[in-house]
Amino acid sequence: MDFNQSTEDNLFDRARIIGKPHTRVDGILKVTGRAPYAYERHDVVASQLVGYPVGATIARGKITHMDASAARAAPGVAAVITTLELEPLARADSNVAHLFGGASVEHYHQAIAVVVADTLEQARGAASLIEVRYEETPGEFDLEDAWARLQSTGEPIANVGDVDAAFAAAPVTLDETYRTASQSHAMMEPHASIVDWSDGGQMTVWTSNQMVEWTRQALATTFAIDADRIRLESPYVGGGFGGKLWLRADAVLAALGSRETGRPVKVALPRPMIFNNATHRSGTIQRLRIAAEADGRITVFEHAAVSHTLPGGSGEDAVNQTRCFYAGENRRVAHHPIDMNLPESADMRAPGEASGLAVLEIAMDEMAEKLGMDPVEFRILNDTQVNPEEPSKPFSDRHFVECLRKGAEAFGWAERNLKPGCKREGQWLIGHGVAGAYRGAPTMTSGARVRLQNGRLIVETDMTDIGTGSYTILTQTAAETMGMEIQNVEVRLGNSAYPTSSGSGGQFGAASSTAGVYAACVALQKQIAKRLHVDEARFENGRVVGGQIDMALADVADGEEMVAEDSISFGDFKDKLEIGTFAAHFVEVAVHAYTGETRVRRMLAVCDAGRILNPITARSQVIGGMTMGVGAALTEGMSVDTERGFFVNHDLAGYEVAVHADIPEQEVIFLDTTDAASTPLKAKGIGELGICGVAAAIANAIYNATGVRVREYPMTLDRIIAQLPAA
Amino acid sequence: MKAFSYERVSDPAQAAARAAEVPGAKFIAGGTNLLDLMKHEIEIPEHLIDVSGTGLDDITPTNEGGLRIGALVSNAALSADARVRKDYAVLSRALVSGASGQLRNKATTGGNLLQRTRCPYFYDTGMPCNKRSPGAGCAALGDGATSRQLGVIGTSDTCIATHPSDMAVALRVLDAEVETVTSSGETRRLTLDEFYQLPGDTPEVENALQVGEMITAVLLPPPVEGHHAYYKVRDRASYAFALVSVALIQASDGTGRVALGGVAPKPWRRDEADAVLSQGASAVMARLLDGARPTQENAFKLTLAERTLAALLAQE
Amino acid sequence: MNSSNNVERHPKTVNPNSSTFSLSVNGERHTLTLDNRTTLLDALREHLQLTGSKKGCDHGQCGACTVLVNGVRINACLSLAVMHEGDDIATIEGVGEADHLDPMQQAFVDHDAFQCGYCTPGQICSAKAVLEEIQAGLPSHVTYDLNTPIELNDAEIRERMSGNLCRCGAYANILKAINQVAEARS
Repeated sequence: MDFNQSTEDNLFDRARIIGKPHTRVDGILKVTGRAPYAYERHDVVASQLVGYPVGATIARGKITHMDASAARAAPGVAAVITTLELEPLARADSNVAHLFGGASVEHYHQAIAVVVADTLEQARGAASLIEVRYEETPGEFDLEDAWARLQSTGEPIANVGDVDAAFAAAPVTLDETYRTASQSHAMMEPHASIVDWSDGGQMTVWTSNQMVEWTRQALATTFAIDADRIRLESPYVGGGFGGKLWLRADAVLAALGSRETGRPVKVALPRPMIFNNATHRSGTIQRLRIAAEADGRITVFEHAAVSHTLPGGSGEDAVNQTRCFYAGENRRVAHHPIDMNLPESADMRAPGEASGLAVLEIAMDEMAEKLGMDPVEFRILNDTQVNPEEPSKPFSDRHFVECLRKGAEAFGWAERNLKPGCKREGQWLIGHGVAGAYRGAPTMTSGARVRLQNGRLIVETDMTDIGTGSYTILTQTAAETMGMEIQNVEVRLGNSAYPTSSGSGGQFGAASSTAGVYAACVALQKQIAKRLHVDEARFENGRVVGGQIDMALADVADGEEMVAEDSISFGDFKDKLEIGTFAAHFVEVAVHAYTGETRVRRMLAVCDAGRILNPITARSQVIGGMTMGVGAALTEGMSVDTERGFFVNHDLAGYEVAVHADIPEQEVIFLDTTDAASTPLKAKGIGELGICGVAAAIANAIYNATGVRVREYPMTLDRIIAQLPAA
Repeated sequence: MKAFSYERVSDPAQAAARAAEVPGAKFIAGGTNLLDLMKHEIEIPEHLIDVSGTGLDDITPTNEGGLRIGALVSNAALSADARVRKDYAVLSRALVSGASGQLRNKATTGGNLLQRTRCPYFYDTGMPCNKRSPGAGCAALGDGATSRQLGVIGTSDTCIATHPSDMAVALRVLDAEVETVTSSGETRRLTLDEFYQLPGDTPEVENALQVGEMITAVLLPPPVEGHHAYYKVRDRASYAFALVSVALIQASDGTGRVALGGVAPKPWRRDEADAVLSQGASAVMARLLDGARPTQENAFKLTLAERTLAALLAQE
Repeated sequence: MNSSNNVERHPKTVNPNSSTFSLSVNGERHTLTLDNRTTLLDALREHLQLTGSKKGCDHGQCGACTVLVNGVRINACLSLAVMHEGDDIATIEGVGEADHLDPMQQAFVDHDAFQCGYCTPGQICSAKAVLEEIQAGLPSHVTYDLNTPIELNDAEIRERMSGNLCRCGAYANILKAINQVAEARS
């Protein structure tokens, strides 16, 4: 199915099931502990061995010597494979660092060996017997050095109007520098895979991955085999957040181990190794210049940011949203990924925007204060319905102003603390903050197959459910389209034997994959209509109705299975539009007047993201983003040892994600909007919108509570306490 | 983790004798820290002596009017004991501010005292650490190091690690003593100050226990009158180690005692600081933190300690 | 290796680095001979193939492995299996089945108290224990008065559940689920 123009009024506008609150169809499996995650698949293949990885303990250089003889002789060990025994494995386009092979060390905890044994205890015990000697090469590990060198160099990616002249002429200006920290996805399930490549021919992979087809192709590239020889399953994923978009060392080491031993091998990355071995969101240093007229209309945005990447990567693009979120005729933005020698930076939930809005929305708060304006009204004044760089390009459906207005009302913004540092309850200073959020709404080609079996519908697509609710919304989509009840639809996901989908990432999964399932269902409807010789068939109440026909779907195929497959692809008409999602976040914080500890007391998000396919799962996505935003604002930061070149706090005790006690009441309001330019369901993604802007709302509330303006994340108390007034 | 043999013992003196007799032996009870360290091969016992069946799990009154806390009493049970809650509230408060409900159910009183530091360089066996490998050097003292969590006082040129226990800070302010049995079957009593050693040139030595010696109990003196408080400051609201913690017992006349956690290799207390409590937080910290040698990253702990004590004093 | 007065408590030794012992899991007795290094978590997941208890960190830093031992919640990753001779272990598989869910499991479904589901078994085991711990009067970090009965409120639940990380950020929904069960009980 081609989606080549904005959709008309359709069945989803009169939906029975789509848009309605349905609890997760995979809920019972998850609450009973029966949902099978990758490392647990005792059921799929017998005689599994366990592989345990070894990570490099230098940041950069080469391995001069490895002695694995003691490990090989250890009890239960079936094989040891060291990186020196292989040429560097081919690197898939999506990977920046090499995953295995060769003497070169590109980053700390790069995998350099795997020990395969009968049990975890044996493999882990033997792994530490491997002796390694290195020759270290100096590396670059300090983003501050890169920033200092970079000032005023590099090519902007957008340069509109006359920024310098307008800035010089403006009555109210801001010029500040901000910092965000490197962050880890820290999904609860470690990267894990079982690989059966025991005959060296067919490779079967049970893994935890967001992108089935990308990863199958990446394995094919890595091992120089035909992708048709690889089957990959990823039906349940214990969290991803972008960290499981790519092929990683777990699957590579398991494959090598299986080929070597002739047995299936499973490998999970040990938690303390994940932070430096796998990918992360790069920290950034960002400079923002904003200028406005005295009435508050913005005339200039200049935004430049640096982030780190291994050579060949793209860093964290923190400036992209600044190109079109707010009005303003003069604009210059520059994204500078700097080649450094820290572990591989890559996508994490709302890559770019999460870091960019964390900063831009503090700057907006600072500007509002300089102008003496309510920060809500300041944002409303500078709303735009067109891309300000290309005014001929309208937003398809943008209700940011309504998000702000509705949020202000629901939150009680009018009753907020007005003067920083002046509202106190006991030893706590109370403050309120607001921030805007914007995140694009991309769509990707997405396929599905549907099987009608005696009135039951089976949906098959390689789409993944990483907690996002894919099983549920795809069930709803199929049931809605086919006029069936949810309990008669079964969705099967995460298997490369199924049609290729969008996968889960970039906030494109829900919108794209539901459209793909819709396309396959429409194809099935056409088959049924053809079989029954009906011109205009309606599908309702489990029946097909049209012409002389009124028949239960169970009866249309005489006991045979009917199978239809299609995919949705999206036309270039979208290029003439800005299609995005929008939100406003409101928070209340308490900052301890003596210690500077910050606790969030209340959070509200108002979201404009097109049709909400399921308000239960969508709300969970948003509160999940808000929770991750609390972490980003207050506690999450991977500390770099700038001499040794690695992330020091590489476990879940040292890298502090939010816990239950950090999270207050969270309210989410969805605007009742639809975006006909997005998909046939008029839906857009929301999983990344939920984190955008949250950190800045908290930062602004900290300022409002204390009068201390912090411009560096995470806003731990040591960044506040020195400036706190005597309590 | 290296392979080890395992035995259970039922008597503390027998445990101590076995520990001295078997090469590479270690005691295990709750295991919540030891097993963690064994997985990293920071601890590499060849033989584990399971002392969880030695019956040291009672809290009983002492003749002096205090309490004798068996070494195996769990952190959860100790925090919940009615006598502790009523008469030693600072201890109950310190305990419940530590770790998580699950960990407190398993962790024991003796094991809590013997926790190793949470210094990230100690925990990363790819990094040099004088505590793990004497003479190897200290990565935490490197030019680019992360030291925000580490110690500001009582540290040395070989090690700036802190002791992570909350319980021990409360015990220090209560003047508790550690009771042990030696490998020859003798009972020893050590004050907390005697029990914990500063790193000096030997950061691998953290306490005064001899080979085979096992903690059997913690002895609380008679209750100390006054307001008991424990304020643990950390980044997230729970399930995190202290940046700074303050244990305070203050009598109605303003006098009292203060101990700090999160700043030093041992629970940190000084008589001369206690003596000026009635003069306020700044007077106390001038004495308690005199001689501090913070790093650039953790100098905030000095301000934080003072302001945290000030917050507690203002609450009364 | 032997001690005269407590021979019956010794595991039968096959090789010095492994032991034979018995424990009960969800009411079923198992006798296992395992490498001494095997944690309770790995004994459950790898040897008994009860994979409902999850491994998120293997270092006591996430709570995904929470199980009940003799009714008390612990992190199964930081406990040696061999030390559980004679213990009664309860895991998520014993909490309830698909066709008769425990009220806590049902409440988690009702309130969408999870997303990816990986921390969920640990959250549910912990949540059940938290209600018991409050009823039993165990104090927590947020208990205001140590000497009066513990009040069941949101702050107490949040604090006591803080040893169970949920990176999907379902905390607010988990709180609602626990409150639903607590209210039905009272």
